[in-house]
Order: sequence, then structure tokens, then C-alpha cells
Amino acid sequence: MSEAFLLEVDGLRIETEGPEPRALLEGLSFTLRPGERLGIVGESGSGKTMATRAIPRLLSPGVRIVAGRIRFDGRDLTTASEEELRAVRGAGIGLVFQEPMTSLNPALKIGRQLAEGLALHRRLGDAEMRERIVAMLRRVRIKDPEAALDRYPHEFSGGMRQRIMLASVLLLAPKLVIADEPTTALDTLSQREVLELMVELTAEFGTGLLLITHDLGLVAQYTDRALVLEKGVLVEEGDTRQVLSAPKHPYTAKLVGSMPKRVEDRQPVADTSPVLEIDGAVVEYAGKSGLLRSAAPVRVIDGVELTVRPGEIVALVGGSGSGKTTLGRASLGLKPLAGGEIRFRGVPLGQMSRGQRADFRRAAQLVFQDPFSSLDPRMRIGEIVGATLRHVPGIDRAERRRRVAASLADVGLTGFGDRLPHQMSGGQRQRVAIARAIVGDPDLIVADEPVSALDLTIQLQVLSLMQRLQAERGFACLFITHDLAVVEQIADRVVVLDQGRIVEEGATEAVFADPRSGYTRELLAATPGLALRALAEA
Amino acid sequence: MRVNVALGYGLTGLLIAVILLGFVWLPYDPIAIDLDHTLARPSLSHWLGTDEFGRDVAARAMLGARISVLIALQTVALAIALGTALGVLGGFVRGWTDRLLMTASDAILAFPGILLALAMIAVLGPSRHSIVIALAIAYLPSTIRIVRSAVLSIREREYVEASRVAGDGALYTMWRHVLPNATPPIIVLATSMFGWVVLSESALSFLGVGVPPPEPTWGNMLSSARPYMHGAAYLSIAPGLCIVATLLGINMLGDALRDRFDPRAGR
Repeated sequence: MSEAFLLEVDGLRIETEGPEPRALLEGLSFTLRPGERLGIVGESGSGKTMATRAIPRLLSPGVRIVAGRIRFDGRDLTTASEEELRAVRGAGIGLVFQEPMTSLNPALKIGRQLAEGLALHRRLGDAEMRERIVAMLRRVRIKDPEAALDRYPHEFSGGMRQRIMLASVLLLAPKLVIADEPTTALDTLSQREVLELMVELTAEFGTGLLLITHDLGLVAQYTDRALVLEKGVLVEEGDTRQVLSAPKHPYTAKLVGSMPKRVEDRQPVADTSPVLEIDGAVVEYAGKSGLLRSAAPVRVIDGVELTVRPGEIVALVGGSGSGKTTLGRASLGLKPLAGGEIRFRGVPLGQMSRGQRADFRRAAQLVFQDPFSSLDPRMRIGEIVGATLRHVPGIDRAERRRRVAASLADVGLTGFGDRLPHQMSGGQRQRVAIARAIVGDPDLIVADEPVSALDLTIQLQVLSLMQRLQAERGFACLFITHDLAVVEQIADRVVVLDQGRIVEEGATEAVFADPRSGYTRELLAATPGLALRALAEA
Repeated sequence: MRVNVALGYGLTGLLIAVILLGFVWLPYDPIAIDLDHTLARPSLSHWLGTDEFGRDVAARAMLGARISVLIALQTVALAIALGTALGVLGGFVRGWTDRLLMTASDAILAFPGILLALAMIAVLGPSRHSIVIALAIAYLPSTIRIVRSAVLSIREREYVEASRVAGDGALYTMWRHVLPNATPPIIVLATSMFGWVVLSESALSFLGVGVPPPEPTWGNMLSSARPYMHGAAYLSIAPGLCIVATLLGINMLGDALRDRFDPRAGR
């Protein structure tokens, strides 16, 4: 009966090489029928990427398959020669990678790039090749595909590049497409576009799809069956709906439980004078200047009005390029304004006295998205957290040490002060960044996508930590994110930004229940976490 | 990997030992001429033989080590110190300062380094000091460029922004966050530059504008050995091997040091 399966993986075991091998994948078995869509879910370190790299035998050096069998389309790939594998890769199994910025060769025009794969596997004339490429680009909804052939990858946005990548994979009409976190680098709307296309086209061509992701929402929306991996072990397998709505294994239940939830018991914010007022702010970047023409500045923020009151959590939502990060930086005086004014506790940022400025640096803090680049790799955790206090008057060394310890204890990292950043996990690093922000007892924290680089369970921990600290200390928070599911959990008010302008603003519940702008409605529809919740509540 | 580290420490240690030994003991007077024993083959009395003036090659190589290494150290120190300061300045301040620095470096880079050094020595007169100054200036532009590009990428890291959020001044940020994280490329640069300087100094001596005779350097030893290549190849082999061993040792030491200073390198 094995002929019914396109892919059969049986007892796959992968270990690191070396004198003390470590198992990365312990006996994984699963099957995939032609045209079926299978999701593989897991957090970092679960071995999900390893498993899928192993199928076309593209493992990186240092790890190897020690046991198990991979049958694809009636052929045993574990024993296939390198030559046979080359014929299978591309033509039989297509791969879409996570990073559209690096998976296309920046030095090749799109046309050349797509023709390369085709020329390798199919014997076609130039005209026919061109025709097929243009037709496929049209299918992935690239505007003006003829012109696109002569463009370079950098002329396309991330979402478009990922669609071009998809086109290049589908051109060879593979029987299986493996997509490894294909939309993690994209914003919500581009993500939806890419995945809808992927599902539509694979269904049409009868191609099997293996979607690897950490995002349960995507699995819920786009797959038939799902596998859940935990630390190299398959813990649950089954119909996607079944797995997500009635998880059997505690780990799956924990994952599902980590999805952001609606919270109803937020205290209403008192109507006091605002801590942050953004009044008609305009931020411009120098445009590209040519040889003869001078640069016209590009407006990234265009007349934004926004206030944040003490103790209020305002979510700033938008896709990539919406200007949300820039607005966050501008609120902290890190980006010069080309127009308008930003006031902190009533004082314009540009007109602060020396003392006011020093206090502003204590009272307004920033938590970054990437916990790996936001901590100086050469400094100890204690020094990093204490840096905020260097300019606060009246704090001596002993007091500083005491406050740093208290702050670290508050984020659950007691005794970590002597470590270096690389000795900590992503979640721990992000908690260090939070400790650094709260150590000076701030009035405002700008949090720029603080959880989007983290695994789902860690996301929940960090979010709850921020919520708890906010409730205890009462700071205001400008929470920048692209994920509406997170917004619903944490924010009092939502501000939706599109191309540097506010398109919607209101209390969180009101916006979610009755979005007025079309852009917000699109965002809501594209948020996978909300789809999953609908599934779980159904 | 471990072999490289051992080789780096070993060869560099040997070099230092030979130099130190040279201060207290040399087998012969390295500049004493002995016309009865010219071009003698290596033997028990003269381990590495004698040159065309009957001077002991082993003694000359030992003294040459001291002079060559001293010149290289001074040149590298000068070029790295100036280049790092200017590179950090250009990369961090940007604007016209940066443009001025880059234009000046490009102007210097437009000349072949050895030609530039020749011209400068012609002006300053041949002496150890002018060699150091000429070579340091020739190596300055590449130092500035490498340090500047490292700084340019580091200043965009978020921990540098975090330092601004904390209210740190630009100088402090540069000293505390940017410079320490720029050290790995600087170390690699310094060690490879050391090698290049030893070679350049040899080349200058070879061309006759290096350290004036009779003072020996590996370069002028090679240069004066050239006419005797066929009859007395050992004359070239001794200083040549010294140069190779020094370069190998210093480069491997540099790699080891770089890994040592990287906080992420697990131990």
C-alpha cells in the first residue's frame, strides 16, 4: 500500500558528528500523500528544520543521518547517489526558505535566476522558457512580469521576493514543496498573500506541501494534517483541527495555551495629563540622490497625532514600512523631526534643559525587538542593566548594585548579573532588556516588537512579565507590533499606522469588534492567531 | 586548531627568546670582518656559515631579528594607533570629517605602498626612524578603512542605540561599546600588518634604502646574499627561514588572540 504515499519517512534519526554525538531527531516517522498539506510545528531546537533538510539530503556539515529511511516517489533517498539526488532536488522536491532577502542571488536578474533552474532540469528553447517564466510570474501575481525579468531582487519587496521564490520553485513542477518558515520575515499582509498563493497553486498542481513553522495560526489555516515536534521527538500527529482544538499531548496543549488571549479585566486608565504627546510629527529620510538631481526627502511619518496617558498601554500596529518603528524612535528623541512636536510630560523634546534631559533619559526607555543585537556582547548583564542608572543623580555604586539586583530579580533572573549575553537564551536576553528598561523606574517604555523574535511559549512568558510589571509599576507603554493577536491581549488602545499616517485609532475592543478602516479589516483577517482562536472556540 | 595555537605561541616565543638572548650573548661579533674566512659553509664553528666579508651569519641573523622586529613593532604600533583613532573618528562622526579622511586615504592608496615609502625615505634620508614613519604612513589608509567599516556596522547595532537611550555621551559610547567590539578585526589587521612590514622592510633593504649597513636586518642580509645564490645558497636560506617562521608565528598568534578576546568563543 506504500505506493499511495508521496513521501515516507521512517525512523529518521539525526545526530551531531564527533566523539560525543547528540541526537537532534530521535526516530521521526511520518507520511505524506500526493497533494496533501502537512504542517510541522515546533519551537527553536525542536529539530523541525533538521527533519526537512534531511529529506532532500541537504544537511549541513557536522550532522548526519544515523538511522531511518526516506522514500520519496518510490525512490529511497537515504541510499541515493549524489547524482540521483541532484535530479530529485528542484525537479522533484522544491524548497522555499525563510529569508527572501538572501535566498535570491542579488547579482542576477530575476529572468536569469528563474531560467537557471529550468535549464538544469528541462530541455527547452529560449522562447518557450521565457514564456513559461512569464506565465508563472503572472500566476504569483507579480505586476508586469515581462519587465520583472530584467530587474534585480533588491527592486522587489520581501513579500514579492518570496512570491518570486515560489514561482522559481513551482516552475519545475515538483511533486513536493518544502517551505521552511516561509513568511517569518514578512509582515502580516504579505504573509497572507504568500501563503494563500502557495496553497492555491499547490492545490491546483496537485503538489504536496510541507509547511514548517513555529506559528500555530498558520498551521491551523493552511494545512490538513499537523505534526508537533518537541526537542527532536514527535509528540503529536493528526488532523490539524483535531490536534489544535483537542490536543492530546501536554506539550501541544501548552503551545496552544500560549497563544495570546483576550483579557477583560484591565483597569480603565485615569484621565490625567498625558505622559507622551505626539503632535503633528513628521519624520523624513534623505531620498536617493542621482548625479544631477538633488534628493527629494521621503516622508516616513506624516503628521501623526498620538497621546499616551500614564499607565496606559497603547499598541502601535502596522505592516513593515508603515513607520511604526520610526515613530517609536522619534518618541524617544532618537530621530529628528522635520515638522510637528513631541512632548514628554508637557515639555517638547527639543527644548529640554540639561536636568530635564537627564531625567528624560531615565524616564523614557526602549525595549528592542532583537535580544541578540540589543545587548553588548562584551558586557556583563549587571553592567548592561546598570547602564541606565549612570546618569541618574544621587545613586552611588552600592545603590546602583542594589537596584540592578532588584530589577533582575523582578524579571526572574536573580544571580545572572555576572553572565555574558551569549550565555543566555533569547527569552532570558529579552528579560535582561526589560530589566534594563525598568531599573530607573520609568514613566514610559517604548517596546518595539519585543516578542516577535521569540518562540511561542517564551512569547507568552515575556508578555505576561511585561503585563505584571506594568500593573505593579504603572508605567505607560507604547507597544509596537505587527501581531494583532498580541495587541488584543495587552493593549488598552490601538493605533493603526499605514504609510506614515494613522488610519484607525480607538479602544482595543472597539477596534477589534468594529474596525472602520479597510486596512485594519485586512490586518484582522490576515492575523493567523485570530483564525486559530476562532477554530478553538468553534 | 590547537596545533595552530601551539605553533603561534611556540614560534613567537622562540623569536622573543632569540632576541633576548642576543642582548647577552652572540656567537660572534656580527659586524666584525674576517677576510680569512669568507663564504664559509655552515660548520661547527660557524653554524650558519659566514658571508662575503667573513661575518658570522648566525650572529647577524640574531641581531637582525632584533632590528627587524623592532622596526615592525614600531610601525604597526604607529599605524594602528593613528589608523584606529582616525577610523573611529570617521566612522562615528561621519559628515565632512569622514569624507576628508576617505579622500586623503584614497590619495595615499593611489600610490603603490613601496613607491610611497621609497619617496618618503628619499626625502627623510635613510635611517630606522624614516623607515618606520614611511611604512606607517603607507599602511595607514588600509587601517583607517578597515576600522571605519567595522565602526560603521557596529554603530548601527541596537546596543549602541541603547547606550543613547541611557543618556551616554558620544565619546563614552564610542569608548565603551564601539571600540571594544571593533577589536577582533584590528587584532587580525595588526598581526597581518606585522608580517607585511617585515617583508616591506626587507624589500626596502633589498633596494638599498633600508637600514644602512653594516647593521644587519633580515632584508639587507637577503639582499647582499643574492649575488652568491649559486655558490652559497645557505646565505639566503637563513634570513628567509627567519622571515617565514616569524610571519607564520605572528599570524597564528593573531588568530589565537582574536579568539581569546571574543566573549562568545566557548571554552
